[in-house]
Amino acid sequence: MDTKKYEELQEIARQSRAWIIRALAEANSGHPGGSLSATDILTYLYFQAMNINPDNPSDPKRDRFVLCKGHGAPALYTSLALRGYFPKDELLTLRKLGSRLQGHPDTRKLPGIDASTGSLGQGLSIANGMALAGKLDDQSYTVYALLGDGETQEGQVWEALMTASHYQLNNVIAFLDYNHLQIDGRIEEVKSGGNFASRFRSFGWHVLEVNGHDFYAIDEAVIAAKQEKYAPSMIIAHTIKGKGVPFMEGKAKWHGKAPNKEEALEALKLLGASWEEI
Amino acid sequence: MLKKATRDAYGETLVELGHLYDNVIVLDADLSKSTKTELFAKEFPERFFQMGIAEQDMLATAAGLALCDKVCFVSTFAIFAAGRAFEQIRNSIAYPKLNVKICATHAGVTVGEDGGSHQAIEDIALMRAIPNMTVIVPADAIETAKALHAIYKHEGPVYFRLGRPAVPFIYNDDFEFKIGKANKLREGTDAAIIATGIMVACAIDAAKILADKGLNVQVWDMATIKPLDLEAIKEAAKTGAIVTAEEHSVIGGLGSAVAEASAEYAPAFMSFVGLKDCFGQSGTPEELLEAYNLTADNIAKTVLEVVDKKSSS
Repeated sequence: MDTKKYEELQEIARQSRAWIIRALAEANSGHPGGSLSATDILTYLYFQAMNINPDNPSDPKRDRFVLCKGHGAPALYTSLALRGYFPKDELLTLRKLGSRLQGHPDTRKLPGIDASTGSLGQGLSIANGMALAGKLDDQSYTVYALLGDGETQEGQVWEALMTASHYQLNNVIAFLDYNHLQIDGRIEEVKSGGNFASRFRSFGWHVLEVNGHDFYAIDEAVIAAKQEKYAPSMIIAHTIKGKGVPFMEGKAKWHGKAPNKEEALEALKLLGASWEEI
Repeated sequence: MLKKATRDAYGETLVELGHLYDNVIVLDADLSKSTKTELFAKEFPERFFQMGIAEQDMLATAAGLALCDKVCFVSTFAIFAAGRAFEQIRNSIAYPKLNVKICATHAGVTVGEDGGSHQAIEDIALMRAIPNMTVIVPADAIETAKALHAIYKHEGPVYFRLGRPAVPFIYNDDFEFKIGKANKLREGTDAAIIATGIMVACAIDAAKILADKGLNVQVWDMATIKPLDLEAIKEAAKTGAIVTAEEHSVIGGLGSAVAEASAEYAPAFMSFVGLKDCFGQSGTPEELLEAYNLTADNIAKTVLEVVDKKSSS
């Protein structure tokens, strides 16, 4: 990845974050912390890595993405809108009655959503199913997935980790959004995930660790993951919850609380954006 | 009497479907010998996925396959499908209305010796409550086979409830199955028995017992519990007395479904044969059916009680 691309992705991520803040403020509910920690990964996937076409969102050959941590939906919606899947203004209908932008992603409502998620722990299994179908059909697509760190407390995640390595699903590339925070506090206090890297490795995964806000590092990891011949890859992305909005960064209270108008204006200012501009 | 288990018919029909349609995929959770999916696994190893003892993972994996245009038939025991993986079925399969056919075997008390922990008696209630879900309980091996072809063609999730023991044949090869259409097996005007699954054969026997006592009793095979055949219920209600019979709790299953419809569209006196809010236990299937009053005799007795109520009203 060259500097130009890096800067382009940075600018898209900035805009994405601004839209996330504005949409959450309009919705008056939702999850800013985990949307902002995942924004750079999603920006990278939708503007660099994935073979997708917004004009043909159900192309069988396309790469897939499963947002296992479905509450990060605002980050997915802004990525899709900025990528051209639907008009940006629709982002302001987030969580409102009749909106295609449900509180958690709904594949039947919105083009570009590859799987309905929201109940934690189920997404990686869904991604595996897509990857199995890809192998059966001799398709070369990649299935990307993004898990929350707290989400790994769900036992099904470990069932799915076993399935992916058992079936040698090297077409699965998962990210762990390792921001260390969940609703009730630090993951280490709520229920420690221990050494994630060694746990994933012992489940037969190819494990990489990156700074989840560094596009160069994410890019290198994905390129390495794609060269893996047998094992599925887990990219542990070290992230900051609330990234990009300093007063939200590293604070569990911003997991599931939307900013009010005043807080949103302040956040937008910090992101170099304004309410009217977006 | 010639008998065959619905799970055996399931296993054989899966192979037929596999030959007919390339997009049929089968998943199992370490019970393929019992659920009979092993027949498909032998014929189409590349389209069979052994998921190990991980039902929640299995159901959500099937969702992923269905999102890539596969039609998945997923099997395990009813208790582990509808029970263990309830929320995966609800959120990952039914909510997005995916083509996952949950073919759960070993339903009800006729699981037998494994005991109450393994006997699903609430699965119909659980599955029926989920939007987008279709619920089908075949009465014999032929209905099982015919229903499976319809299930493949049906767009969306289906819960298909199968049993462990061999059950008598009710239908012949000419039988045509239609999802949502109840099948009237016997005419009658004094009362109606609406049964599902293995209780259909008992209902026919009950009607014979009652005929000897001078009562003409209608018998219905309500194989599709959701969507329910309202016309059948209206016709049954015309007798003024309905008894439902199911190898399931009387709470939330066929009886409840019929009572809901009857109360709203065609009131009749009703009574319910099924498990009376209790768990099963170990025993042979025959002993258990007897112990929990899932018999032709008890259906007949219950019909007489309801007919009495009707007459004295």
